[in-house]
This record gives sequence, C-alpha cells and structure tokens, in this order.
Amino acid sequence: MKWIDFEKPKTVEDAVKLLSDSGGNARPMAGGTDLIVQLRVGDPRVNADVVVDIKSIPELNELSYSSSKGLTIGAAVECYKIYGDANVNSHFSALNDSATLIGGTQIQGRASFGGNLCNAAPSGDSIPNMIAHGAVATIAGPSGTREVPVEDICTGPRQTLIGDDELLVSINFPSNGSGFGANYIRFIPRNEMDIAVAGVGASVTIEDGKFTSAKVSLASVAPTPLLVKEAGESLVGETVSEEAIQNAANLAKAAAKPISDMRGTADYRKHLCDVLTRRALNTAVERAQGAS
Amino acid sequence: MPAKTYVQTTINGEHVDFLCEPRQSLLECLRDEIGLTGTKEGCNDGNCGACTVNIDGRIVTSCLVLGVEAEGADIETIEGVADGSNLHPLQLAFLENAALQCGICTPGFIISSKALLEQNPNPSEHEIRFWLANNLCRCTGYDKIVRAVQDAAKRLQEA
Repeated sequence: MKWIDFEKPKTVEDAVKLLSDSGGNARPMAGGTDLIVQLRVGDPRVNADVVVDIKSIPELNELSYSSSKGLTIGAAVECYKIYGDANVNSHFSALNDSATLIGGTQIQGRASFGGNLCNAAPSGDSIPNMIAHGAVATIAGPSGTREVPVEDICTGPRQTLIGDDELLVSINFPSNGSGFGANYIRFIPRNEMDIAVAGVGASVTIEDGKFTSAKVSLASVAPTPLLVKEAGESLVGETVSEEAIQNAANLAKAAAKPISDMRGTADYRKHLCDVLTRRALNTAVERAQGAS
Repeated sequence: MPAKTYVQTTINGEHVDFLCEPRQSLLECLRDEIGLTGTKEGCNDGNCGACTVNIDGRIVTSCLVLGVEAEGADIETIEGVADGSNLHPLQLAFLENAALQCGICTPGFIISSKALLEQNPNPSEHEIRFWLANNLCRCTGYDKIVRAVQDAAKRLQEA
C-alpha cells in the first residue's frame, strides 16, 4: 500500500476541518472493509493520502431510538451492534435482514451501514433496505449540516453527492406505526458471503386490510440502488392481494436497468426483480400483519 | 520517510508495544513487527479469514484493520489459545477430528470458533456454518471442521 497519513479526530468539526483542509485527498474510514482493500489495490477512484478514522466521534457511534425521533444509527456503527440492539429488534427488525448478511461474522464486526452507503456500490446490501424504510442521512460540512434522503445519496457506481469536505454523520429512520413491515432479500448463488445478483428492499403499512404506504427499492440492477416510486405507489389504497403485489413486482421489473456481467445476464436480473419484489413484499406483509 | 507511530496494545494478556507505519495492516504488524506469525495471510482482502484475530471481544480479519487502529486494544491471537503446553479443547478437537490438512486456515478457524463457543456454547450445525462463513478452507470440505467444533463444544460443556 502507498503511504497514507492517519488521523483520528474526536469531533465532527475536527473531522470536517481535516477533510476540507486536505483538498480532496482525505477519506473518512469507519470499518475500512472496503476502503483498506481499495487503497491496497490502488483503486484510482480512491486516491487518498489521508485516512480519517471517524470511530472516536460520539455522533458517529450513536445508536438510539425514541418514538418521536425514530431510530438513529451513527455512520460508524458496526453491523453486529445493529443486530444486537434491543430497539432495532423491537421496532426495526427488518434492518437485520441486511446487517446479518453483509460479509461474514468478521466483516460484521467492522462494517457499517454508513460505510456501505458511502461506498455506493450498486449492490450495497443495506442501501435498498434503508431506502425502503424512508431513511434520511445527516451530512456535516464546512457550512453546517444538511439532511438528504438515502435514495438521493448515490449518484453512480462508487459515487455519492457527499462532498470531499463533507462527512456522513448518521442515518435516521422515522418511527413506524402499527401495521408496518419490511424485508430485504437478495439472490446469490450460495448461502452467504457473496455479492447480490439482484436485491430488493420492500416496506408496507397495512390498515384494515389495505396498503396505506409502500416502498420498493432495488440493488444490483442499475448504476445505483434504485427507489421504484411507482411500484410502492401502485399499492397504496389497494387491498392486500396477490394481484396487487404482482402488479408492483411488474413495475419493479420494468424499472430495473441491469447490465450483463459474470454474476448474471440483464434478462436474468430483470426476472429476479419480479420474483424478489414479490417475495420481499409478501414477507413485509406477513411481518406487518404479525406486528399489528 | 515520515515517522512511524507508536502503538500500545495488550496481546494475549501481555502488554505489547510496537512501531508501525499507518499503511501497515494489523496482520503485517503482528507478523513482521511483533513476530507473532501464527496469524496467517491468505487473500489480504477480507474474504478468507486466515488472518482472523479477536479484538476487544469481536473477531475481525486483521488484514482489514490498520495497525495504528490497535492502540489500546485487547487482542487475542492463535498464540494465546493454548495454556502453555496444554492445548485448548478446540485445538485438540481439530487434531483428533483431522479438521485440517495444510493448516494455513486453521489459526483463523480456531479463533473464530472460540469466539462462537464463548457466546453460544451449544451451536447447531447451521449456526456453526454461518458463523464460519468468513473462513475458507481449500482442503477439508468443511465437514470435519464443523464436526470438530461440535466435538469441542461437547468437551467444553463436560469440562
């Protein structure tokens, strides 16, 4: 690996100053499970001279819940803390669908949802799940903080709208009422430790047998994770039924713009969007009905 | 050449300090700076688990940790598993169940399995296989490793 300088700021302000003073040559690091590999292989998209370890900053380690503010996950909170958290398990258990399948046990000891989002891989397993939950990211920069819906963060493969002088601080998940259920599933050719051929995050809220809200988000079938607004909107007001769910799955399939590569052909991936959207919505419905 | 960083840690219960460059992984520091070569390098990108160590109670792949991040950490490596010349029940179970051939992956498997049994003394085969998904073995086909972990769990519960 080429030479890097290492900084470990203790406040958001100090981290932002380090990032803005470095003129675009610094990268924040949480678990480093992507960044260290990219630096080691000399990935031209990650030309960092300074690694800013953000794990000593309190806001980036926050993991808190209240019914009014919802769930806040700091950008550096590791996957194992997410699936070990009582509030996540009580109110946001579908987030564990992602937290338990990113990498293996060792990776889950370091990797974070925040890092997954900033790495902006089209296949990032936490991103469609966060989008389906209506999550909003808090980003700090030299002129203050701003809030951006997670579906707007990724702008291309490994590209985000987070500036070189900005820092992802945390991700907020609004509280869900009764009748809410969600799910993330992916297709891989083995049981674990693989990159999604396609993935689908889905959430629904059901009242009196009808969808009152729904979201569908796709992974690995476009340059970025996608929110398929029309798929979710097609369900709102509909009675829970196989037909309504199949209609949403058709819309998700139509929105997918996959490439063919070694993991699967474009046609195969579009087919997976249909199947996985149906399954994710059905699981979300089961969970919603179980919770209400 | 910029200065090296001074890092203080606890490794296998003993205070250990070392100098390293920020670009060096914890794996490189363990092997090249400290001389603890029991931890193995396989893929060097987090897939194979040969370099697994336990840091502050969590297993991680040490190739994906910077040495400078280990400041103040409590680290367990394969060298700390046996009690002097008395092998740990996991090590005995791996030997007696022939859960290795070339042995490169074994330190990682032992460290991972030990962490599993510490939090789940009686894991199912399913739980063992998923817990060990981040450890690759190219020799055994895994069945003997799973049986060794089950055997070790039994030995530890009887002990």
